[in-house]
Amino acid sequence: MFVIKQKGSIILLNALAEEGVKTIFGYPGAAIIDLSDELVKTDINHILVRHEQGAVHAADGYARASGGVGVCLVTSGPGATNTVTGIASAYCDSIPIVVITGQVPTGLIGNDAFQEVDIVGITRPCTKHNYLVTKIEDLGKTIKEAFYLARSGRPGPVLVDIPKDLFTMEFDCKSQDCVKLRSYSPTYDPNIRQLKKVARLIEKAKQPLILAGGGVILSKGSDSLKKFAEAIASPVTSTLMGLGCFPTQTPYWLGMIGMHGTYRANMASANCDLLIAVGVRFDDRVTGKIDGFAPKATIVHIDIDPTSIRKNVSVSVPVVGDCKLTLDLLNELLEEKPLGDLSESRAPWLDQIEEWKSTKKLSYSQDQVIKPQYVIEKLYELTKGEAIITTEVGQNQMWAAQYYHFDKPNCFITSGGLGCMGFGLPAAIGAQIARPDKLVVDVAGDGSIQMNIQEMATAVQYGLPVKVVILNNRFLGMVRQWQELFYDKRYACTEMDHAPDFIKLAEAYGAVGLRATSPEEVESVLKEGLSLPKTVIMEFVVEQEEKVYPMVPAGAPITEMLLV
Amino acid sequence: MNGKNEEKHYLSLMVENRPGVLSRIVGLFSGRGFNIESLCVAETLEANISRITLVTRGDMMIIEQIKKQLNKLINVIKVTDLTNRKFVQRDMALVKVRARPENRAEILRMVDIFRGRVVDVGSEFFTVEVTGDLGKVKAFLKLLKPMGIKEIARTGTIALAREDNKERKRNGRD
Repeated sequence: MFVIKQKGSIILLNALAEEGVKTIFGYPGAAIIDLSDELVKTDINHILVRHEQGAVHAADGYARASGGVGVCLVTSGPGATNTVTGIASAYCDSIPIVVITGQVPTGLIGNDAFQEVDIVGITRPCTKHNYLVTKIEDLGKTIKEAFYLARSGRPGPVLVDIPKDLFTMEFDCKSQDCVKLRSYSPTYDPNIRQLKKVARLIEKAKQPLILAGGGVILSKGSDSLKKFAEAIASPVTSTLMGLGCFPTQTPYWLGMIGMHGTYRANMASANCDLLIAVGVRFDDRVTGKIDGFAPKATIVHIDIDPTSIRKNVSVSVPVVGDCKLTLDLLNELLEEKPLGDLSESRAPWLDQIEEWKSTKKLSYSQDQVIKPQYVIEKLYELTKGEAIITTEVGQNQMWAAQYYHFDKPNCFITSGGLGCMGFGLPAAIGAQIARPDKLVVDVAGDGSIQMNIQEMATAVQYGLPVKVVILNNRFLGMVRQWQELFYDKRYACTEMDHAPDFIKLAEAYGAVGLRATSPEEVESVLKEGLSLPKTVIMEFVVEQEEKVYPMVPAGAPITEMLLV
Repeated sequence: MNGKNEEKHYLSLMVENRPGVLSRIVGLFSGRGFNIESLCVAETLEANISRITLVTRGDMMIIEQIKKQLNKLINVIKVTDLTNRKFVQRDMALVKVRARPENRAEILRMVDIFRGRVVDVGSEFFTVEVTGDLGKVKAFLKLLKPMGIKEIARTGTIALAREDNKERKRNGRD
């Protein structure tokens, strides 16, 4: 048989091509120089970021906007350690990315060589799985496994560390067959007996509530969720990660739950008699004080990851399975045995919710100084809700979640679990590359944006018309809010009076900078900025001490909300 | 974690025998604040699979999490909780005990009663081996202590389910 010997670089690049990789976010270095040399000869698009953290967030944004796997490629040592925050963020949010790191040559591993770190050791607790490839014959197989693990089951980041010498080593490589891992087989199909139990609970329930999370989006189950909610006539709330999984302009939609959730969503969770949680993990920001969470409810928890179930909250009916598949099967069960006309029996519950809804709305009052909420509302209006919104972390993130209404999945891209400042801009770059047809806006604060501001250069270099909305309050606003409410206004370490001039900064990067200082300018600045086919920073000088409401103090039950 | 409803659990894990696997398991316990009381690892008949016997402690919810988290590790093939089944368990200890002329007979008698063995004899010390469940090993150590123990080496617990259990539960999940 004729055998072709191939260099490790080629084996790797072929494996990536087989996985359908079109874009890699990366930063070169000595350990991957041979790979970079071959990479530019392929059809794969290499986006040179300005910091490796940016590469991982961009891959994260790319994965979420495209529904596929994001890929990054960085060198050994500092290149690898700079990816850790991005990996941890993707891990918390279950985002499929594959991070390829160069490593010092095999013979030097363990010698404290130049630019050597044990990145597999460092990232063990924040990856779904990771590999150090030590033999050239394992390379192709490992890449295949890495992609399979990243996208299957509960998705997550997978890191593959490859010593430099493997890239030039030759090996007669066959194409890899499908992956079989003896110790890994995620449960997609739910147990039908459990589903029948769920159906019986639904029949009995008078005050049901659906709590949807990121799992619904990851499993592409939004339509199934909508059908399910309509079939059982149940209101729906979602976690931050779930935003976009349910259309907002419907009477069943309650808005987000949790620390900054809507009054009606939090009240509904406290009063429902059946809570159907789909693709959530009951984060402490969602539940508040755990003993006070959904005290009257029988809880059904559907999730593909068994460890999510009964981790924080006791559950009556656990269902391990893919969210979409499970919802589809539940919908089938409900079709076989319809619940009949629910309009009468649900009326008291839905009326109650309507009352909560109309008495305690999300609100703010716009006066002489620009209110950040107003900027987001205007942004929503002007983009007709059709933009992809990425966020940084803090108040900007919460206002974006509250005041931009997400009707479609994969349009709200935020670092939910890790809460990683500096996420939004690189994520927007990734999202824009995945969806060149879409308007992509990063909603930022003056603090967060400075954490990965260097990626402006990336956006400009690749001609990406990403828009950055900076809500500038000259404070690290969320911490300041806590200090105002719980630390007698002692603003320790949170004043940020010396931000750069963002207009000049934008121009220095070769982008466009615009600024609004009064409410009248908000609309015109947004209109102008959004219409330019360029990278644009729009700075809004907002009320310094505006707070995100409602707010549940950390550790309190989620019904104890501070309201405006 | 409250200590009230804590229970000792014996977990038997089949894992892939490759570098880093033990570190993943131990890292999981330290990272999530779970306890490890003892840990024993060795290859099985299949060279690429190891069996780990791990003794841990926690309330029901914690133990459930521990088992699920272990199962979630890609290199872990199977997790069996032996605790509520019939199983056999053994610990082993090697004890270097001062063997003064007046104590030698006593030590040998003790070793005999505990069905241990003297594995090394020197001019000042005997090294003896004892095997049994944890209680037996502890009792043995307690009796030898007054004679002067120089050093000891102990294994953690190893355990296997008894046959009838295995048959009955073959199709059940643990």
